[in-house]
Amino acid sequence: MVNFNEERVVYALIIINKAGGLIYQRDFAEGLNKLNINDYLVLAGTFHGVHAITTRLHPLHPPPPPSSERPDPPSGIEVLETENFRLQCFSTLTGTKFLLFTEPQQPNVDKVMGKIYELYGDYVMKNPFYQLEMPVRCEGWERRLVGYLRVLNSR
Amino acid sequence: MASQPIKPSLAGNASQSQRTSQPGLRYPSNGKTIYHRPLNRSRTQELSQASFAYLFGEMVSYAQKRVTGIQDLEKRLNVQGHPIGLKLLDLLLYREPPRTQNRPLNIIALLQFITTILWRHLFSRPADALEKSSNPDTPDEYMISDNDPLVNQYISVPKEMNQLNCAAFVAGIVEGVCDGAGFPARVTAHSVGKGEEGELWPGKTVFLVKFQQEVVEREAYLPKN
Repeated sequence: MVNFNEERVVYALIIINKAGGLIYQRDFAEGLNKLNINDYLVLAGTFHGVHAITTRLHPLHPPPPPSSERPDPPSGIEVLETENFRLQCFSTLTGTKFLLFTEPQQPNVDKVMGKIYELYGDYVMKNPFYQLEMPVRCEGWERRLVGYLRVLNSR
Repeated sequence: MASQPIKPSLAGNASQSQRTSQPGLRYPSNGKTIYHRPLNRSRTQELSQASFAYLFGEMVSYAQKRVTGIQDLEKRLNVQGHPIGLKLLDLLLYREPPRTQNRPLNIIALLQFITTILWRHLFSRPADALEKSSNPDTPDEYMISDNDPLVNQYISVPKEMNQLNCAAFVAGIVEGVCDGAGFPARVTAHSVGKGEEGELWPGKTVFLVKFQQEVVEREAYLPKN
């Protein structure tokens, strides 16, 4: 494992569609170990399953919700931390999951995630040539995402 | 005072009940549609770019159905823009101050109207360049450049369709303005954001305006001033 401790870095982004399929994967730092594409697919599927299980794990019965409003759905895994990286998971209301791998001390991961979601909303969802649930291959999204994270990583 | 509002509201009700008999169309409850508003009212109003992006995305998807090729698709987008250009010519001239309300009478005046007044109305900024073709064989061709067309902002064209430029819609609007002003022309949109320039403006688009032959002939007879 390369030692990144002196820097604060966003390592990689993975996007999983609501069926558990991998639709986007990209590394943003040099010197990371690569998986082959099948392993990334397995990783995405496994995480999707684990996430689904964690949404059902609940040691207490929740209090009955006030009848007028619907309670927030359980969120499942939000953060997973190890000594080498931190995995932040953001699940959209439609079930798409954004996994961001960062250095453990990376600040403001929520904001970074928000910005990435905004770029996705603009440059993927507003693109008439993108088919829902299919792998993301959009030049404009790629360009802005890499541009944004390059600036962030070089700070 | 009290008797005044009664009459219009009655009239409004009567027309409303007539209208509700037609299915599909909905009218505002006061009976005033967009056509009742003064034409200058919405002069400085702006639209949300996100909602335009979704609408335009759907227009592209709609045009993409049952097309035979990229040229066909561009043609359909062009046809969607054409009537907008015809109407904008009238509207924008109406909104000009009375002294400059004249219809453009020569090619340069027309193209300047397009690159400044039309572009400002549509995109809130003028076009980035206006050039005449330097090729002596094609004196009827002019080029309007836009470094980053607003309609293409969120669009990434897939590699297998790299000939396509969705700004063909804007080309249709420009063509509508030219046709409406009495300068029949063909306008096409071309992506030129490649190579060195592409680093800075990857979405750069050139609108090639090719006037019909009689327009250029007529221009030659006009006195130069």
